[in-house]
Amino acid sequence: MTNTIQEQQGRKGRTITDRDAHEITRVEELAYDLKISDVMNSNIKSLAPDQIMQDVFDLLRQNRISGAPVIENGQLAGIISQEDLMRALAESDLASPIRKYMTTQVKTIKTFEPVVKAIEVFTRTNLGRLPVLDENDKLAGMITKGDVTRGVLVAIRKDYQEEEIRRYRASHLFEDITSDRTSLILRYKIKPGDYVNGGQASSHIKRALVRLGATPQLARQCGIAVYEAEINLVIHSTNGGILRVQIEPHRILMQTTDDGPGIADIPQALQPGWSTASPLARSMGFGAGMGLVNIQRCVDKMELVSSAGKGTKLFMEIHLRPEEKFKAASDSNEAPGI
Amino acid sequence: MNLNEIIEHARGKVLNPTVSTDHEILGACGADLMSDVLAVVKPEAVLLTGLCNPQVIRTAHMADVRAIIFLRGKQPTPDMIEMATQENIPLISCEKGMFDLCGKLYRAGLRSFESNMNGSHD
Repeated sequence: MTNTIQEQQGRKGRTITDRDAHEITRVEELAYDLKISDVMNSNIKSLAPDQIMQDVFDLLRQNRISGAPVIENGQLAGIISQEDLMRALAESDLASPIRKYMTTQVKTIKTFEPVVKAIEVFTRTNLGRLPVLDENDKLAGMITKGDVTRGVLVAIRKDYQEEEIRRYRASHLFEDITSDRTSLILRYKIKPGDYVNGGQASSHIKRALVRLGATPQLARQCGIAVYEAEINLVIHSTNGGILRVQIEPHRILMQTTDDGPGIADIPQALQPGWSTASPLARSMGFGAGMGLVNIQRCVDKMELVSSAGKGTKLFMEIHLRPEEKFKAASDSNEAPGI
Repeated sequence: MNLNEIIEHARGKVLNPTVSTDHEILGACGADLMSDVLAVVKPEAVLLTGLCNPQVIRTAHMADVRAIIFLRGKQPTPDMIEMATQENIPLISCEKGMFDLCGKLYRAGLRSFESNMNGSHD
């Protein structure tokens, strides 16, 4: 209980507006994720009921704490607080045993309960601290509002650092690995006719590119290209297909492959506004005949290989501009023929 | 124009209030076909659409759309709302139609964030 913040009691929480809600969402989540044992103070100073009130005075003052649990025969017998001490002081009764002033009807909480439980108790009652019992009902620690705040802040900082580290690691991927030609390949199976999950692979690809340190412009170009290609598989392919993205320090290769039904007239398929999409696809907002046109606009090179009755392959390539290049270990990243 | 002002003009309802709506929006795009959106929309636009399915959210994510307004009282499903919340995209439901809201916002000073199909800008 060292360094415990002294609590002002009886303060009610103010109303939370939607705007606040945005900030506190993660805090709320944490209140459910974190266990009491994660944030409680287990380094506690306890007293025995037969010690005198002078001992309470000394303990609270020396440790700058506002209360302490009272233990008898290894069990929690009560709690003694500043307020109890003040009553004894008012009567000049510091020689009396703690038993006379301690609170015995003590609200407790368990180590394995979520932190939100403690928050509920603190909000509902005027209590500023709760003894924490383990599964055998033995005293394991104490928890105050200050402990909750501190525990949540530490967890948020950890969250934040983890995302930073993830980003940092990903963005250094190409720098950390030395080879004559390093590439990262992402592969996704796309199901035909799945308009609910269709596009999910593209979401993952865009997120991966951002983590790897792609500029927003590059992530957007790739995102739009792979999304249109993915949706084409959803709309047109008989058995679905594969979406493959190969990320290299200086370029990004994207490719879809399917096994049918194939495209009879490729120049026609490339005409803006031309579409053979089904009424269902159209009802989902597709079939504007702009998919391949959009892809062409976003990539440096596009090649469509197909014939009726056979599968379709769509190749797309983006060359990264100097400022967009992923940092690589060696600069000779255009080793031909490897 | 702040997104909150746009919501007021639309008399719209924010469907995922945990996402902040305090953004400066410079332009808008109105379309029901998602490939049209991908073809013309500039980044950071607010999207006005009569279409209401998961692909609207995916399109918005891919094209860096800042917020989506569903017209004519269309209600996205809880899954769509969750998806948009994950990508930090505010979803707004509004009773007005496309022509009506486009006109209102244009008159209030919001610009078009659609490029012409030949790539030119007015």
